[in-house]
Amino acid sequence: MTAVVAVRDGALSFGERTLWSDLDLEVAPGEFLAILGSNGSGKTSLLRAILGQVALDAGSIEVGGRAVHRGDRRIGTIPQQRLLVPGTALRGRDLVTLGINGHRFGLPITSRAERERVDALLASVGATAYATRPVGQLSGGEQQRLRIAQALADDPILLLCDEPLASLDLAHQQAVAELIDARRREHDTAVVFVTHDINPILGMVDRILYLAEGRFTIGTPDEVLRSEVLSELYGAPVEVIRSRGRVFVAGAPEAVHHEAEQAEGAP
Amino acid sequence: MIDFATYLELLDLVKASILAAAVLGIVGGLIGVFVMQRDMAFAVHGISELSFAGAAGALLLGVNVVAGSLVGSLIAALIIGLLGARARDRNSIIGVLMPFGLGLGILFLALYPGRSGNKFGLLTGQIVSVNFEQLWLLVGISLLVLAVLFVVWRPLTFDSLDPEVAAARGVPTRTLSLVFMVLLGLTVAVSVQVIGALLVLALLVTPAAAALRLSSSPVIVPVLSMVFGLVSAVGGILLALGGSLPISPFITTISFAIYLAARLTQWVRSGRSKVAA
Repeated sequence: MTAVVAVRDGALSFGERTLWSDLDLEVAPGEFLAILGSNGSGKTSLLRAILGQVALDAGSIEVGGRAVHRGDRRIGTIPQQRLLVPGTALRGRDLVTLGINGHRFGLPITSRAERERVDALLASVGATAYATRPVGQLSGGEQQRLRIAQALADDPILLLCDEPLASLDLAHQQAVAELIDARRREHDTAVVFVTHDINPILGMVDRILYLAEGRFTIGTPDEVLRSEVLSELYGAPVEVIRSRGRVFVAGAPEAVHHEAEQAEGAP
Repeated sequence: MIDFATYLELLDLVKASILAAAVLGIVGGLIGVFVMQRDMAFAVHGISELSFAGAAGALLLGVNVVAGSLVGSLIAALIIGLLGARARDRNSIIGVLMPFGLGLGILFLALYPGRSGNKFGLLTGQIVSVNFEQLWLLVGISLLVLAVLFVVWRPLTFDSLDPEVAAARGVPTRTLSLVFMVLLGLTVAVSVQVIGALLVLALLVTPAAAALRLSSSPVIVPVLSMVFGLVSAVGGILLALGGSLPISPFITTISFAIYLAARLTQWVRSGRSKVAA
């Protein structure tokens, strides 16, 4: 079976600094891959590379057997929850509609078939009840459900999630993570999930790609989330503490490279 | 005051002006929705000052004022579009451009030996004194903006509200931003002729701001905004014809009154829904 994402000998740097190099990664259909690492370690840059928005310095990336290119409709993206302000001319269902036909030029007319597709997507994430409310009035959790529906508009083979649970409360984190997990189980959609906190998705993740200090390690959560593995990766003593089914990484040096963060945060 | 027969005669004389104002009201209302959603009210004001400088320069040189206005507008719009991708950069660029444009315009007017009415008109509007040929140019530009706006409507909406996902979904966000700036520049240039450089916001921001108070529907908001723009622009001319006052204050007052009414409606509605809950 073809890998949904295949990175071969990939390398990416930011200015003088190498974010990662010699990266070989294959994500299988239905696989849930989490990307962890400190700020500025190149997590979001990897997502950008998969979207074809930044070019690698070396190596190649394929999505579904084809070289990456901008605007690949087979990829759905779920960004970090960013509250849309009240006074935005957008209702819940309109956000989902944009996922279906927002890229198309021409007279802005939504066909009946498209409206029915929007209804089905809204129902699939349980957002029908607030579909006609202004997006600005919805809670973060409700907005993220709509984001998932929007990302599923074209029945993607790959979901790229960039901190989709950040700034949600625990109950909503759980609900949103479960929706994403259910999607990949039922439709074999691969999930690449950037996060700084592994705990809300710990029970769902198949493998972890951990980026730090220009290096990386890949493996199952049990293989990667160990004190000796992360200590070696960071080149400094790091302790992984497990308590009541939750995992904490203590002592990881926050490699704060301010300029890289800014570059990653830029639109 | 004048009697009704005289009013009708006057109306006949300014037919073309009314048509130009009507089309601008519609285009201004529609593009205003994007101005609000892209947070570019300040940019509109900045472009209009450069547009004023262009028009004043044309007046001084004795060439087509609308053309001068267009050149000024487009230069400003492209500078802001190319250099001001981020909101903070954009605001500082506009803050720098605006006084420069206004100063340049004032210099050109000071050097201009002609009638002072023309001078004042560029700042505060003078549509009834725009000649017939130029009126058709204004209508033509507005219709062009309208046509392009319809074609880019959906991707532009996507880019305005959700730029990150829009880019991931293949919307050419950079190109669209520049197209939008050009459309905005064209609309501002037309507005400068109709209500003057200082009052452009009354047609490019106020109607959309009022509409956004009343609805969140991506269909109803532009429709309302368009109607508000049309009513302000045409209503202003019709009211002004009866007296000797200039047109602009009528347009700005109607537009402002609509905005107040919209806020009031929103306030009453939210009060009621709170009582209901």
